[in-house]
Amino acid sequence: MDQLDELYRDVILDHFKQPRHHGPLADATLTVEGTNPLCGDEMTLWLRLDGGRIQAASFGGKGCAISQAAGSMLTEQLQGLTLTEAKALVETLKGLMQGQEPPAELDLGDLESLAGVRKFPVRVKCAALSWNVLEQALKGDTQHTADSTQNTPKPLK
Amino acid sequence: MLDVKHIREDFPILRRTVHGKPLVYLDNAATTQKPRQVIEALVGYYSRSNANIHRGIHALAEEATAAYEGARERTARFLHAPSERGIVFTRNATEAINLVAQSWGRANLKPGDEILLTEMEHHANLVPWQMVAKATGAQLAFIGISDDGRLKLEEYEQKLTRKTKLVAFTHMSNVLGTINPVADIAARARRMGALTLVDAAQSAPHLPLDVQALGCDVLVCSAHKMLGPTGVGVLYAKEELLERMDPFLGGGEMISDVWLTHATWNEIPWKFEAGTPNIADVIAFGVALDYLDRIGMPAIRAHERELTAYAMKRLQELKDITLYGPPAGEDRGGAISFNLEGLHPHDVGTALDHEGVAIRAGHHCAKPLMRRLGVAATARASVALYNTTEEIDRLIEAIDAARRFFQRSIKVAA
Repeated sequence: MDQLDELYRDVILDHFKQPRHHGPLADATLTVEGTNPLCGDEMTLWLRLDGGRIQAASFGGKGCAISQAAGSMLTEQLQGLTLTEAKALVETLKGLMQGQEPPAELDLGDLESLAGVRKFPVRVKCAALSWNVLEQALKGDTQHTADSTQNTPKPLK
Repeated sequence: MLDVKHIREDFPILRRTVHGKPLVYLDNAATTQKPRQVIEALVGYYSRSNANIHRGIHALAEEATAAYEGARERTARFLHAPSERGIVFTRNATEAINLVAQSWGRANLKPGDEILLTEMEHHANLVPWQMVAKATGAQLAFIGISDDGRLKLEEYEQKLTRKTKLVAFTHMSNVLGTINPVADIAARARRMGALTLVDAAQSAPHLPLDVQALGCDVLVCSAHKMLGPTGVGVLYAKEELLERMDPFLGGGEMISDVWLTHATWNEIPWKFEAGTPNIADVIAFGVALDYLDRIGMPAIRAHERELTAYAMKRLQELKDITLYGPPAGEDRGGAISFNLEGLHPHDVGTALDHEGVAIRAGHHCAKPLMRRLGVAATARASVALYNTTEEIDRLIEAIDAARRFFQRSIKVAA
């Protein structure tokens, strides 16, 4: 199963099996839910915002190893970011799925391990669910359901 | 017994490899593979006979028309319909259901009427009725399912009333594999004065169908799940019903005469086939039906029943697995949904793909059923006439390999 190692790197399986920041955030100021209509995966993102900064973030939901690990790694990375930094992170992650190198000054943390997902076009949407939900949250759009098939970069051939 | 080795030689795609392993194709409920006879029919039509039908006066147009109408007659024979006048070609089974919902439903349903569906329907036999219910004020009602994945027929008895105008239900569940007792359901509906629509998309490729014995008013199926090309659906309906219905789409071919402000309709079935139809694919679909009937639907059913029983037995021997639907038997088809403890079906599907084993993972366009089962998704292996017990063994080995892969010890930097 060598080809699979690229997709399911150890760090991804670690986040899947022991998700960080999992479950509702008691004092969340913003809650956004998203689903992936193609597969039925669901994700909720809880954010505590204060003065333009994400003081805390957590996630929950049902989904595959990729979507759940992405949720764990994303919320890990979001702690303490300004909203501007969080938007830049979303753009960088979208670019990563198109094979773009992340800017050197931006720390992706464990999210970097998702680079291998772009070689599996049908699984890109699994990873993208978490940051599409985040994008909705950053737009202040809590009424609409994020749809990870929308605005998802075209996978590499 | 089927000569599966010989049958497999007719399917070129079964010789290919995927990720370096021989393909094991177990996603037949999504679409079946095509025998070379069907592929050659497509090439042959475009190479020799291509022309628009019903209007040309040259040799090619006559040949194409004869072949297209021949496929209609062939379809009527396959379904044991009384005549080809009851066979309408659509784009797919979904469009066939929408045709009935829009043409019959909008004209005949009113507030207070009920459309009776089941909890195991594919979205294709759910959403069109939601749309027509919204448009007409009719209500939707649902027959529930038992924990072993069968329709609760006692609930049907209660919910079937004089208000019920239509009972629309699947012949074989694409998730549970359940084969519903169509003749019984249709007979009870008839006594109550309700029409019946049978979604046979999953059953038509796998068992003998006789619309007259089933006693349904409408039956739909899909060519690409029956060894035929994509882009062709079949609507069978009783002729008197089609006669009463207004057209679905307007345009060329479906008219008798046209003035600037109005038009009169063509006879059935052409009244429901506006515009140039999918000529080549319909003709090739006829060849697919020849292929199925030459092998024989009873023999196909017997082979697949054995395969299903074998697959379910092997799957049940695995640890921490949940199988959905009734046990193998007379009322069970070869769509086998399962979940492995601690593993999401998509991860299972990706891992199996890397062993060359193609299955489906997801909600199978049956989200209400997923909710009823209490899951977001399932993995599904589904068999066809060309599958073998050796391929089921490959499925089991691939599942074992997937389990080992995801349960491996992992090393991460602290």
